[in-house]
Amino acid sequence: MRTFLLVLALLASSAAFAVEPDEVLDDPALEARARVIDAQLRCVVCQSQSISESNAPLAKDLRLLVRERLVEGDTDQQAIEYIVARYGDYVLLKPRLRSDTVFLWVFPAFILLAGLAAAGVYLRGRPQAPLAPLDDEDEEELRRIMEERG
Amino acid sequence: MRRFLVLLPLLLFAGVGVFFAYGLKRDPSNIPSQLINRPLPHFELAAIEGRDEGLASMDFGGEVMLLNVFASWCLSCQIEHPVLMELSRQNAVPIHGLNWKDKPGDGKAWLDRLGNPYTRIGDDWNGRVAIDLGVTGAPETFVIDRNGRVRYKFIGPITPQAWEEELAPLIEELRGQ
Repeated sequence: MRTFLLVLALLASSAAFAVEPDEVLDDPALEARARVIDAQLRCVVCQSQSISESNAPLAKDLRLLVRERLVEGDTDQQAIEYIVARYGDYVLLKPRLRSDTVFLWVFPAFILLAGLAAAGVYLRGRPQAPLAPLDDEDEEELRRIMEERG
Repeated sequence: MRRFLVLLPLLLFAGVGVFFAYGLKRDPSNIPSQLINRPLPHFELAAIEGRDEGLASMDFGGEVMLLNVFASWCLSCQIEHPVLMELSRQNAVPIHGLNWKDKPGDGKAWLDRLGNPYTRIGDDWNGRVAIDLGVTGAPETFVIDRNGRVRYKFIGPITPQAWEEELAPLIEELRGQ
């Protein structure tokens, strides 16, 4: 039971935010939108984290900027574009589907299909049904060969 | 055919290995700038404490200039600083400074202690202009051409070698244009 509670507590803690109290907007609806945007933007200092998880000062500045844009009436998309215009597609944790990123999106599916095809070819090449038992004639032949060999 | 199939996993592994080796060599902090070949975004920054002249995007153009992002809290900036001092002594190129997110007085104290290589310095106390410039860390140095366009972004401290091999030839080339 204690282990279970510990595991539960650890699982719950993974949703930690770096957002500090002084950043949080008064309007809960806007704050909720800001959190969704934060989670999609890469912290350019510590690149495997989103700005919602990072404690870097630059991540804080970007969170404040996202909130400022939303307060000024930007849509979520406009707020994201505002950051992308400055830091490039690189800040998007989920790359966009474009001609130069098609490979990224299609390759895993391609590998899966290729694997399935290879498995299909292999399975088809194997005998379909178990071999029929030897009939009397075969048994006779087998005995003769074995005897011959001594 | 069977021979080939036996070799296939090895070939696949070699392919993936080459790909990863290439990835390991790349510097992930080297994020391409969005400003290359575009004019500097508009900004007007006040002077830092103890100085009269601030820095605005209008101050660029006419000749090739550098815009150097620095801060007193930035250790690599301290490593870079003697190189900038030497460039300023040689009058190699005008260097403007963007004092990034320093507390009032910290930038001045830093320059009083180490010397001032900058022609003009802007006080970006809240880091907003740095974000407009796509700054990811300090130091960073932008090369601005005669028309006020950003032509290059150098990330990290400028070393004498980086100056000789990368920046000086580029500046020379831009002066000729």
